[in-house]
Amino acid sequence: MLRIRKAPMLAGALLILVFPWIASRIPAISHYPDLMVFAGVYALITIGLSLLMGYAGQISLGHAAFFGIGAYVSGVLTTQFDVNAWLGMLLGAVAAAAVAVAIGAPSLKLRGHYLAMATLAFGIIINIVFREEARWTGGPDGMVGISGLSVFGYAFDTAGKYYYLVWAIVAAVFLFTVNLIQSPTGRALRAIHASEAASAAMGIPIARYKVIVFTFSAVLAALAGSLYAHYMNFINPATFDLFFSIKLIIMIALGGMHSIWGAIIGAILVAFLSLEWLHYFEEFEIVVYGAILLLVTIFLPEGLAGAPAKLMARMRR
Amino acid sequence: MESFPFVNQLLQFLVTGLTVGAIYAMVAIGFNIIYNVTEIINLAQGEFVMLGGLLMVSTHVSLGLPLLLAFPVTVLGVTLVGILLDRLAIRPIRKPSVMTLIIATVAASIIIKGLAMIIWGKSPYDLPAFSGRTPIDIGGVIIQPQYLWVVGFLVAVAVGLTLFFNRTILGKAMGACADNPDAARLVGINVRHMVLLSFALSAAIGAVAGLTLTPIALMDYDRGAMLAIKGFGAAILGGLGSFPGAILGGLILGLIESLSAGMLDSGYKDAYALIILLAVLFIRPSGILGNLEVSRFKRF
Repeated sequence: MLRIRKAPMLAGALLILVFPWIASRIPAISHYPDLMVFAGVYALITIGLSLLMGYAGQISLGHAAFFGIGAYVSGVLTTQFDVNAWLGMLLGAVAAAAVAVAIGAPSLKLRGHYLAMATLAFGIIINIVFREEARWTGGPDGMVGISGLSVFGYAFDTAGKYYYLVWAIVAAVFLFTVNLIQSPTGRALRAIHASEAASAAMGIPIARYKVIVFTFSAVLAALAGSLYAHYMNFINPATFDLFFSIKLIIMIALGGMHSIWGAIIGAILVAFLSLEWLHYFEEFEIVVYGAILLLVTIFLPEGLAGAPAKLMARMRR
Repeated sequence: MESFPFVNQLLQFLVTGLTVGAIYAMVAIGFNIIYNVTEIINLAQGEFVMLGGLLMVSTHVSLGLPLLLAFPVTVLGVTLVGILLDRLAIRPIRKPSVMTLIIATVAASIIIKGLAMIIWGKSPYDLPAFSGRTPIDIGGVIIQPQYLWVVGFLVAVAVGLTLFFNRTILGKAMGACADNPDAARLVGINVRHMVLLSFALSAAIGAVAGLTLTPIALMDYDRGAMLAIKGFGAAILGGLGSFPGAILGGLILGLIESLSAGMLDSGYKDAYALIILLAVLFIRPSGILGNLEVSRFKRF
């Protein structure tokens, strides 16, 4: 958990790099880069959540709100105030950070189920704001006409181009987070997870660390939201509802909460399951979804990232 | 009374708020029963309410069973689902933590909701009110007879549970598991049976909440999640594990919702209730009647 080896990272980067080329050769999966854009957007959120939940041990059932704040700040600023898209993205992140500090400071004093309820309530309140402030957000119908992204005249106007943009950002965030985990800050976070009393006795400012991680994860979620808005060119409140917060938890749980790799695996898996694979089950889709989740929770409590180690341990026995 | 339309309106909101609050209180009591024995928050609690309503529609309306027969059949049916939930989703988990248990109960609720959608479809169902729909007019305030049934069932559940936990060996054994499962095991209490019983009891109460709610607000497969959140909120507001807290929390949430929908802005009614909930948590981190000292000894 502490050491994150370089070889898998290189292999992962290479795979991401060549994936669109492979997909383009096989007609059945030629649209997969499009799905991978969503997977990358989810991965940005789950990296932050994995840090918050897996490493620092704080639960959040309201991260869809930060995803939504990023998307709506980008959407409203670019369509109604002609703000530059990248500036809008930055302001979205700033807004999410401000909200995260305001809500995080009092919330993160709560423990266990109380924290779960507080974040849940926060997520629902923000979603209601998206629905009700129709003047700005377009209400339940959402808002259309959000522009695409471009840099120095180069437009990221296809799924293929956007794929590289999103995954480059994911890679940068991943590297940053890996370094963070292996720094004294990372050790402090794990200490808080293990025992708040002990880490306080060691002189770790618990409250400050919790709020910092919460804010970092909120900023990542907002960034993901802006990327989502500029890719879809359309957003509506249903995308950022409670069910999406739950879906984020599902990603983390499927991938494995205690590993940063789990965040990426879970995000990719849930993107493909919910956007494509589960549709084969038609009306049983939601039941199969629940069943997969339950089976993983029962049989692979460490998530898929923990599966290889488990398999090795079994084979040695 | 016609000279005081504002007072009448206010009283009307109070009446509907207390009715809705009574439903939330019953859901919150269901949360507490399981929490007290296992420290698990069963997020599938709302699905019990949904199943209670829809199963009652099937037995009472579709099969035409009389009310007095459809009622126990429905409650037993949902109780069975509660037992299955414990056996199939909770007990198999070997290393429980807040996260795994939350995910397991969310997964179970997704499965139950999906199956309900396949069985009953997506449209909402109505149920005849237990004693008709002729409103009772008390000085200009309209009370539906069904409102009285809802509040009556809450009182019955509260009295019944108080007697059960204070006067019966079984109830005291469950209370012992809540206080200290290891010590309970040492004196020969089968903790597993008590956990199973807590799920059964909580499912039964959820079913009662659902089948009394349906004649007022209809019922469809998708209602469980929101009811679970309101019930969870009520339980947290009152203080997790406290039964008087659950009733207080439920009634407060119901009143805030009804008053804010009527007097402020109906689109924000859920938000007002949750903002009050957050405010209370920030001031009293263990809820109104919860005990911070006790909550420190809890695992989750």
